[in-house]
Parts: sequence; structure tokens; C-alpha cells
Amino acid sequence: MAVEQGTPVGRRIVLGMLGLGAGGVLLGRRVQGWLQNVTTPIAAHDPTGLSQLIPVAGGFRLYTVTDSFPSTNSATWRLKVTGMVDHPLSLSLEDLKAMPATQLVKDFQCVTGWRVQGVHWTGVLLSDILHRAGVKPGASALAFHSFDGADTESLTLDQARRPDVIVAYEMLGAPVTREHGGPVRLYVAPMYGYKSLKWLDGIEVTNQVIPGYWEQNGYDVDAWIGRSNGRDDKPV
Amino acid sequence: MVATTSRSDTRVLRFDLGERVLHWANAALMLTLLLTGAALYVPQLSEIVKRRHLVEQVHVWAGVLLPVPLLLTVLSGPWGRAFRADARRLNRWNADDRLWLRTRGRDRRARVGKFNAGQKLNAAFVAGAIPVMLATGLIMHFPRHFPLAWRTGATFVHDWVFIALAVVVAGHIVFAVNDPLALRAMFRGWVPESWARRHAPRWLEEDAPTTDG
Repeated sequence: MAVEQGTPVGRRIVLGMLGLGAGGVLLGRRVQGWLQNVTTPIAAHDPTGLSQLIPVAGGFRLYTVTDSFPSTNSATWRLKVTGMVDHPLSLSLEDLKAMPATQLVKDFQCVTGWRVQGVHWTGVLLSDILHRAGVKPGASALAFHSFDGADTESLTLDQARRPDVIVAYEMLGAPVTREHGGPVRLYVAPMYGYKSLKWLDGIEVTNQVIPGYWEQNGYDVDAWIGRSNGRDDKPV
Repeated sequence: MVATTSRSDTRVLRFDLGERVLHWANAALMLTLLLTGAALYVPQLSEIVKRRHLVEQVHVWAGVLLPVPLLLTVLSGPWGRAFRADARRLNRWNADDRLWLRTRGRDRRARVGKFNAGQKLNAAFVAGAIPVMLATGLIMHFPRHFPLAWRTGATFVHDWVFIALAVVVAGHIVFAVNDPLALRAMFRGWVPESWARRHAPRWLEEDAPTTDG
């Protein structure tokens, strides 16, 4: 059989790719951080939007824990504040917009590595909502619910009262879109993105921290950026 | 196998049935993976496709199944004989391949065997990409069993190899469509001898009649 002779280049390519793949798994986090610093400014000035398809080039990635991006009628949507409060609330979008607005321009950092710089957020301080509901003595934490029916989150009361934790109805300079968690989502600036629950419709005041969806799946409950989940990102 | 046609251009067997079945099983799984992967990865497509959980399940199962036809063919005796011989051909590079690659096939002095250097690169890349995608995919699918740094790294590798694979597979399809005789060989098995003389002369003269006889 006169099968070809020669150098086994094919095998070397395959082995080389296996080596690169393993190296990428072990070192990808660092390489990604470096790439992100290079590509983010490019993506920021790209009118075509094509650079958004490049991994880590400064765009949002959309995650949902259910089958699709849930939608609701923002006219009938209500944010229910329940649990250990003096006055349970049922706030409409207009009620929220009538409260003092807080604007933040801050990064969004995902625990899987991507970061979107300088996102514009507008919403109501969570502490203002809690003040209006009146937190009863003995309460220590909050449980957040999403109308997707599956996602949940948690914060301690101290975390929730920070001045960079808001219930946001605007993001990226416009009403929060459905895929970004609209009409209203949480934005917990100093923590990894999974804490910023999308499609928010319920806040329950509790006397203990109830770990949320992602925390039951292995992520840290106290999700400080750069000080949790074994990561060392720059804090927001 | 050399059979005479009515047009005095003899048929040369290029891919036997086992190889064609393997190719199309691979193609179906690979396209499924690329399309479902795109639906999960590109936000604009995610928005259109919905049924995210189903898409994810299809993606994961197609990924797990992808190596199966390949392994079955390699391990099955006579059914995989032609494929194993072609895998050896794809692996080995000689001076003709290097000349072909340097000149992008324009230098006709490069006496190409059954596969040109571009086809060899494509085969090696896909053969390397499959285990890399499978391993990184499994790390992402069973996150609790791996440190977070690995999961981040696996996502990073899976993303970039996905983009490279999409480009390579698209190129493969473009080249195939532009060479209908080569494409039809993947359906009917044979090429006309004139095609083989032009595109794979060394195979025709030294290799084809004896191996495939």
C-alpha cells in the first residue's frame, strides 16, 4: 500500500491545539483580562457593532435561567415589598419614577470574566424603598424574586442600604429592555453581575440570608467584585 | 476501483461508503453545534430563537455525540479501512505540500497527493478542535467539579475556537461548492480521472489504483 510518507504535521497540529486548549483553560482568565483592555476601547468606537461578536470585547452577554427572556406588561407590573415590614408595598413603574432618582455610571462585571465599562444606570435607591416600607426590628436580609419564576437573589440589609445599590428602570441611557431584565432590575454595583437580578418583581424582608439561584449553584453569597469567587478583578 | 464511463473519463473511487457516512454524520452534528451555539452565544439570535433550554440540550447532546461516528469508524475493521488510510494521508506532509501551501496551490509543480495542504490543515484543525471543544464544554456543563478559574478559561477557549470553527467550516463549504466534482465525490464516492489528474496527480499515479482497487 503506497500510502503517503512524510512528516506527521497533522498530528503535531492536533497535539499543539490540545496543548493550547489546556493552556487556555488554565491561563484564559489572565489572557482574557488583557484582551479586554485591548478590545474594549475598539468596541466603544465601533459603529457597526460587529466587534460585539468578538468574545470579551466589552459587550453584555445575555443570560437567563429559564427558557427565554420573560416579558411582562409594564402597565400592570408591580414591585411587591413584603415580609418583615410595617407597610407592605405594591409599587407601579410610575410610583418608582416618582421617587427620588439616583443616577450611576458604573461598570458591570460578570463573574465569568466579561466587564462592560461605564454603564449608565437610573433608578431608586433600595434603601429609599426599604425606608418607605419600614423595616421591622429583627430583620436582617432581603430575598429578591424574578417574574421569570426561577431566579432569586439575596442581600443583607447592610449591603442593600449602600448608596450604589439601586432598583433600576433605566440602563444604557434608556428604559431597561426585556433582554436586560426590564422593566425593572436590580443593580448591585460592588458585586458580581449575578447579584443584579433581572425581571425583578418581589422584595421580601427576612431575618436570615436565603441563598439565591446562582448561590445554590456554587457562587459566593457575598459577591464582592475582586474579593470573592476566587477572582481578583478591579472593584467597582 | 477504476470503472470505465461512457465518456472515456474513468471513475476513480475517492471516498468509500464508510467515509461518506462518517462525513455526513460529522457534518450534521457540526452544523447543529455551530447553529445552536450561535443561538446561545449571539444576543441578537438568542432573542429570536427563544426556547433556550431546548437549544442548550440539543447543543450538549450533539457535542457528546460528535466524536462517536469518528470513533466507531476508526475502530470498525473493514468499514473503517479506507478512512484510516485517508487519516494517515492527511497526517503526513511532504515537500509538495509545503510548496502548495507557500504558493496557495498556484505552482503546478507541486504534485499533490490525495489531499492538498489546505485540506490537510482543515482536517487537522477540526480533529484538534473536537477534543478541545468537548473538554471545555464539559467543564462548563459540570461547573461544580472545576475551579472557577478553569470555568472562565474554558469559556474563553470555547468562545474563540467556536469563532475559528465557524470560519473554517464556512470556508470548507465555500471551497466545496466551488468545486462541484469534489463535492459530488462526497455523495457518490468517485471523481472523474481528469479531476484527479488535475487536483491530485500523485494520488492518481502512485496511490489510488493500488489502495482502492
